[in-house]
Amino acid sequence: MIREYKLNQEEAPLYDALLEYRKQRMVSFDVPGHKQGRGNPELTEFLGKYAMSVDVNSMKMLDNLIHPVGVIKEAQELAADAFGAYSAFFMTNGTTSAVQAMVLATVDPGEKIIMPRNVHRSAINALILSRAIPVYVDPGVNEKLGIPLGMSIGNIEKTIRENPEAKAILVNNPTYYGICPNLKAIVELAHQAGMKVLVDEAHGTHFYFERQGPISAMDAGADLAAISTHKTGGSLTQSSILLSGPGMADEQGYLRQIINLTLTTSSSYLLLSSLDITRKYLALQGEKIYQRVLEYANYARKEINNIGGFYAFGKTEIDHDAFYDFDQTKLSIHTRDIGLAGIEIYDILRDEYQIQIEFGDLSNVLAILSIGDRPVAIERLLGALSDIKRRYGKKADQIAVNEYNQPKVVMSPAKAFYTKSKQIPLEQTLGKVCTEFVMCYPPGIPILAPGEEITAEVLEYINYAKEKGSSMTGAEDLATEKLNVIDQP
Amino acid sequence: MTMWFTENHTKDVFFAFKAKQLFSTRSDFQQIDIYQTKDFGKVLVMDERIMLTEKDEKIYHEMIVHVPMAVHIDAEDVLIIGGGDGGALRELQRYPGIKSIDMVEIDSEVPEVAQRFLPEIAGDFQDARFTLMIADGLKYVRTTRKKYDLIIVDSTDPFGPGESLFTREFYGNCFDILRTDGLLVNQHESPYYRLDAREVQSTYEKTKMIFPIDKLFQAHIPTYPSGHWLFGFISKKYDPLEDLQDVRWSKLDIDTFYYNLALHRGSFALPNYVLELIGKK
Ligand SMILES: Cc1ncc(COP(=O)(O)O)c(C=O)c1O
Repeated sequence: MIREYKLNQEEAPLYDALLEYRKQRMVSFDVPGHKQGRGNPELTEFLGKYAMSVDVNSMKMLDNLIHPVGVIKEAQELAADAFGAYSAFFMTNGTTSAVQAMVLATVDPGEKIIMPRNVHRSAINALILSRAIPVYVDPGVNEKLGIPLGMSIGNIEKTIRENPEAKAILVNNPTYYGICPNLKAIVELAHQAGMKVLVDEAHGTHFYFERQGPISAMDAGADLAAISTHKTGGSLTQSSILLSGPGMADEQGYLRQIINLTLTTSSSYLLLSSLDITRKYLALQGEKIYQRVLEYANYARKEINNIGGFYAFGKTEIDHDAFYDFDQTKLSIHTRDIGLAGIEIYDILRDEYQIQIEFGDLSNVLAILSIGDRPVAIERLLGALSDIKRRYGKKADQIAVNEYNQPKVVMSPAKAFYTKSKQIPLEQTLGKVCTEFVMCYPPGIPILAPGEEITAEVLEYINYAKEKGSSMTGAEDLATEKLNVIDQP
Repeated sequence: MTMWFTENHTKDVFFAFKAKQLFSTRSDFQQIDIYQTKDFGKVLVMDERIMLTEKDEKIYHEMIVHVPMAVHIDAEDVLIIGGGDGGALRELQRYPGIKSIDMVEIDSEVPEVAQRFLPEIAGDFQDARFTLMIADGLKYVRTTRKKYDLIIVDSTDPFGPGESLFTREFYGNCFDILRTDGLLVNQHESPYYRLDAREVQSTYEKTKMIFPIDKLFQAHIPTYPSGHWLFGFISKKYDPLEDLQDVRWSKLDIDTFYYNLALHRGSFALPNYVLELIGKK
C-alpha cells in the first residue's frame, strides 16, 4: 500500500445511495424534467436508460454538494483519506473551478500571488475574478527542447524575498510536459514566509498512487491542490477534486463558501458518482494500474527513441532544480529532428492515422497515458510515428523554438481586463497592452495574458504557430487576426 | 448438445445454422469456439464471427495465396500476419521455391486450437521452413529487420484483436519490409453491407496512398457476410494481370479446389457498385 487508509476504501456511499434510489422506483415531480429519461427518448436511446435513471436532482437520500451532510460528505471524506488529504471537495465544473477556488480562497483583491507564467488559463482567469496581483517567476527553459520548466528554487527564493507580502504561491505539478518542481522545498520556503502553497495538479492524479512517481502535493505538505480526476484518473469529463491540506484546517468553512460562489446548485450525479467510484477503484487498484501504465510508457519511450528523429525525453533531462522530477507516464516527444513541428505531427496523426494525442506545439507532441491504455493502442502510436519518419523524415531543418517568452507585465490581469479596449489588426499591436488571452489550445497556456505588452517575440511566435497550423484561441476575434488592446496611445 | 449458432451480419440480418459445440475457450484476446455442423463440417468461430468452415475455407485460402504466388512466382520469403488457423500456411507449403514462411499471430491459442480440432485444414506447423511467432503484427512489421517478398494479411475483422491491421501505420511499415518487387495481399472485407463497405473503402484509401499498385479481387465465400468477399492485391512492382506467370504456374501442377488461371483473371473484374465504392468508376 502506498498509504495506510483510515477508512474502508471498499465503500462507495454515493454510488450505493444511487443504487438504492433506483430500487425505490421513486415517482418524481421534481427536476430534471426528463424524469429518468422517459421524457427524452432519443437522448435515452443514445446515453442509455441506466445513465438517465441516475441523472437526478439533489434530495435527502442523495445529499447536496452545496451543503454536504450525508452520502456526499462521506464520499468526500473517503476521497480525502484515499488521497492523504485533510479534506476533499468534489467539483462538477472541471479543475478550472478548483484552480479558481484555490486562488479566491487564499488571496484577497489587490494582494499578491507568486506563480510561474506557464500556468493554465484557468489560473490567470482566477486572477481576474480575485483581482489578485500576479508576481511571475521565470520557470526556466530547457534550451535543447525549447520547453518551460518548473521554476528553480533560487528564483523562487528571490521572488519570495522581494515580495514578502504575497499571500500564496501557485505551482504546476507536473507541467503539461510532465516536469515537476522541487515541491517539498517550495512548501518549506513558502511556509517559512507565511504563504500558502496552491498546486495545480490537473495532470497529477496518479502521483497519489504511484510508488516511484513524483511527490504529490499533499505528501509535500501543500495547502491546496486541484486534481483532475477526469484526466489521468478515469472519472467522467468535468469531474474533479479540490484537496485541502492541514494548513487550511481553520478555513474549511470559508473554502466551502468560496466554492459555492460559482458552484451550480444542480451538480450532476453522473459526475459525482463517477468521482466516488473512481476514488474507490484508485484506492484499491491504483498502485497496480499505474505500475502498468508506467511500464507501457517506459516501453513506448524506449521504442520511440529507437525510431530515430524523435526524442521522447525522460528522467535523463532532470537537472535537480527547475527540472526536478519527471512524470514518466507522459510521453513528451521532441519532434524537431524529424523536420516537422509538433503541431504538424499532431495533425498528421489525427487526420491520417486516426490517432488523437493531447497536443502538439512548435517543437513537441504530448501523448498522455492513463488508466485506459492498451498495448494495441500503444503499438499503433509507435507504428504511426515510425511510418511518419519513413514518409517525412528529413534532416533537422530548424533548431528548437522556444515555447516560452518571458512576459512584459504592464498591469494586473484584472485591471487590464476591465479597462476600456479596442480591437485592432494584429500587425498594428506591437508595443500595445493586450486586454485578452491568446493561446494555442491545447495546451491552453497563454502566450499573451491581459495586461501584458505585445512584444516582437510574441508576435513572431503567434505568426509562426499560425503558419504551422496551431489553433489559436482566447481572443475575441476567433481568427486571431485582431487583438483587443488598451485604448490609449 | 445441438443448438442454433447465429452470427449477426448487420444489426437486422443474421446467419444461422444448427450446430453442436465441440470446444469453447476465452483466450487473452478473444472468444474461440469450434462447432460441428451438418452442412459446413467443423466451423471455427472467433468473437461470434465465423472465421472458417471446412466446407468453404479452401476458397478463401486458395485465393489469398495462389493469386499473389502465381504473379510473384519466385517469392522466397513470405510473412503471414494472423492466419493462426494454418490454412494459408497449408497452401503456401505447396510451393517448393519458398524458403521461409514466418507467421506472426497475436493469439497463441488460435494455432493450438486449429491443430487440435482442424488438423486437415491447418498446414504443417513442423515444416523446417516455418516459424511461428506469437506477437503483435504491427509491432513485428515495425521492428523486424527481415525483408519479405510477400506479406499475407489474414486477419480477423477490424473490430477486436485485428484492429491495428487495418491501419495506415500497419501498411506503411509493411511497405518498409517488402523487397523492391514485393507485394502484399490482404483480406479486404465485404463490399455488400453498408458498415462493411465503409471498411473496404477506408482500407483501400490507406493502402493506395502507400503502394503504386493496388487492385481488388473477389471470391464467393458462402459463410461470410453476404458471401461476396474482397481481397487486396497491393504491390510495389508487379501487376496481377500483366505479370501473371501462367505458364510457370501451370507447370507447378498444384491441384486446387477453387482457384484456376481463368478465375485469377476474372476475379479482378469488379461489379460496378464496388468500383464506385473505391472511386474507380
Ligand atoms: C494545468 C491545467 N490546469 C487546469 C486545467 C483545467 O481543467 P478542466 O479542463 O478540468 O477545467 C487544465 C486543463 O486542461 C490544465 O491542463
